[in-house]
Amino acid sequence: MSKTDTMEVVERRGGILVHVAELRHVREFNVLLALLLVGFLISLATPYFLTTNNLMGVFRAFSLTAIMSIGMVMVIITGGIDLSVGSAMGLASLVTALAFEAGFPTGAAISAGLATGLVFGLTNGLLITAIGLPPFIATLGTLSIGRGLMYMITHGVPVTPETPEIFSVLGQGYIGPVPVPVVIMLVLMIVFAVIMLRTRFGRHVYATGGNEHAARLSGVKVNRVKLTVYVLSSTIASIAGIIGFSRYLSAEPASGFGSELDVIAAAAIGGASLAGGVGSVTGAVIGAALVGVIANGVVLLNINTYAQQAITGGVILIAVSLDVLRNRLSGGGN
Amino acid sequence: MSLFLEMHNISKTFPGVKALDHVDLKLNRGEVHALAGENGAGKSTLMKIMTGVYRADPGGSILVEGEEVTIHDPVHARSLGISIIYQELAVVNNLTVAENIFLAREPRGPTGLLDTRKMKADARAVLEELEMDIDPGAMVGRLSIGQKQMVEIARAISYESKLLIMDEPTASLSHHETQTLMRMVKRLSGQGIGVVYISHRLDEIFEISDRITVLRDGATVDTQLIENMTRDRLVLKMVDRELSELFGEHLSHASDEVLLSVRDLSLKRPTTQGARVSDVSFDLRKGEVLGFFGLVGAGRTEVMEMIFGSRPYSGEITIEGKKVEIHDPSTAIDLGIGFVTEDRQGQGLVLGMNVRENFSLTHLSDYCSFDFVRRREEKARCVDYIKSLAIKTPGTEEKVLNLSGGNQQKVVIAKWVARRPRILIVDEPTRGIDIGAKAEVHTLLNDLAAEGLSIIVVSSDLPEILAISDRVIVLREGKVTGELTRSEATQEAVMHAATG
Repeated sequence: MSKTDTMEVVERRGGILVHVAELRHVREFNVLLALLLVGFLISLATPYFLTTNNLMGVFRAFSLTAIMSIGMVMVIITGGIDLSVGSAMGLASLVTALAFEAGFPTGAAISAGLATGLVFGLTNGLLITAIGLPPFIATLGTLSIGRGLMYMITHGVPVTPETPEIFSVLGQGYIGPVPVPVVIMLVLMIVFAVIMLRTRFGRHVYATGGNEHAARLSGVKVNRVKLTVYVLSSTIASIAGIIGFSRYLSAEPASGFGSELDVIAAAAIGGASLAGGVGSVTGAVIGAALVGVIANGVVLLNINTYAQQAITGGVILIAVSLDVLRNRLSGGGN
Repeated sequence: MSLFLEMHNISKTFPGVKALDHVDLKLNRGEVHALAGENGAGKSTLMKIMTGVYRADPGGSILVEGEEVTIHDPVHARSLGISIIYQELAVVNNLTVAENIFLAREPRGPTGLLDTRKMKADARAVLEELEMDIDPGAMVGRLSIGQKQMVEIARAISYESKLLIMDEPTASLSHHETQTLMRMVKRLSGQGIGVVYISHRLDEIFEISDRITVLRDGATVDTQLIENMTRDRLVLKMVDRELSELFGEHLSHASDEVLLSVRDLSLKRPTTQGARVSDVSFDLRKGEVLGFFGLVGAGRTEVMEMIFGSRPYSGEITIEGKKVEIHDPSTAIDLGIGFVTEDRQGQGLVLGMNVRENFSLTHLSDYCSFDFVRRREEKARCVDYIKSLAIKTPGTEEKVLNLSGGNQQKVVIAKWVARRPRILIVDEPTRGIDIGAKAEVHTLLNDLAAEGLSIIVVSSDLPEILAISDRVIVLREGKVTGELTRSEATQEAVMHAATG
């Protein structure tokens, strides 16, 4: 019921103040605000939080979840879900380890890990687009298959091959004070944020989730878009898997299990709507950071670590509730 | 006639907008009261205040049967005898008719379990009283839209409503169903139930209402007995312009050159609604406006969906003499076909996206280098179209959700026109939009034809078809039953072909 009689189109311009004021409307801004607030509170309670060492540790701890949430949020924006990211991550780390064990050079071993993710994602994508399975079911199935495969291959025993020095840089190295996984996370975040906001593919991802039917009738190749996001999600998860393996140089039979929930939580806290059409890559990464910072606070403040999961759950509910309420207030009417 | 409900001095302010400005409305028992006005005139807001969805600004009052009331919410409104049937029907498809009628007040036996037998019997009684031929045990999802609407009416009546508000009740009904509804409205009024009838269709208003109130820009501009109102005066009151000014002269721009040729087009299988199409053949010329008329279920939309590749077909489609195979919308689009769909919110727009993003979705590659969108150019183009189509929006970044129906429709048309198609199919281009916007859409289509675009207009609004088409094709039960030139196409001739 908006009565808009202005015929001319208002151009947005003005000084930096206008830009800062506009930030309020950006969804990620609220999560970022929450992150800074929580960080501030923790730093009041303990002097150890705001040390370079601790902060870098925190960053490294959540970087893998954050990386996976980049793929996840794209899937969620199309209106889908990828429950299998943990399995894709675990399988990729296992395949990389096995490749090293079989004597592959570093480049080939990493490629094998990435290829695992790619195949995993193609499977998800084809089940969803060609057969028409609901994403929840399709990825629940591949999640289970992935887990089963890992136990079958490892017989429950970690794979710990010899690896070249250079490979361990991925998980253990630093660039200046910044851990390499954090650098990779930031690079992926920037690349995919730009893709989502500035490219035709990104626009098509939002359109598909916003109204699939309208998008198809406008000429968007909806199935191709969906296939692509599932491939990206699994492949990005496999990057996390390879980094994880590089950190401990051991591929655990249970690695990645259960991580899908953290990853979905990060995307949701970052403003993604499971109904599709809404969400952002930066929001998801900030969401992962918020969960990571809280986890760190729990440790630093000597709170019972068992309480951490409950606290994370509370944060998800509060963050998403605030988002919903805010939309109801601003969107009101009709 | 005695007064049932009285609204006094009702105003409603939304942030930045005064939706209603000191409106008065009096509704008698058993009166059919038409409420007319353009989109955005305030009809819906007024009804939402009457049913407790919104609260009016302080200073106004509502009296039901002479007593001042504050209506808290729709449930409270219903207990006061006020029910509403929205354009988007609120029935649950996977429940039976009886379960829908008694939804949220299901009769229960002594054990607390549902008493389905009583529910069915009670439902049957209500339906029989209203002489509706509907089985209380039928699944609502299987019913036609007209029947679903009857179920809603039965539900409202079973609440002992004394006032029933109908918001655009005939927008998706067939001719026959509309007649049934008209009879039902008269019957309800005969039983002393008041009806507020909101419609864009002036014929219906004149056919069934006793009194009419016209709103414009949130204010009451006229309340009259229907005998004292004429069509021209009503339109003038609604839009403040003369009818003849609104609809300009028709000029044909059709050439002799055939652009699209369709032969023996048939649906591969009937649709879930049971529509069939068989052996439809026609030609579309360059610069021609070809009207497609038929009653609901005649298969008009299905024919268009086949041409646009969103429905499998058999038969032959040729464009400029070349045979083409169209299996998905993107193929059709690449061949130069655009499709303004009937359901603009469900199929035409991504409501959560802004005007610019919706606008460019059909032709985003125009602004792309290496998949990167040149946003400045995209925005500039969008601004051009906002201006040339006179789309009322605060800007390119406004979500289309916040635009009125007529302006949403213009965005859909803009997104296709900007792609520069050779053939533009428009399905029910003016459904649910007000008369001012309707005239603008007609002018726009005419201008596009003048530029050489070939246009197929599908509409169940016969005067609209006659006003803008160079030629009319009539469908009945999936077959072409008439092809009339502009001079042959009179209301009677077209209706005759459509009904047989």
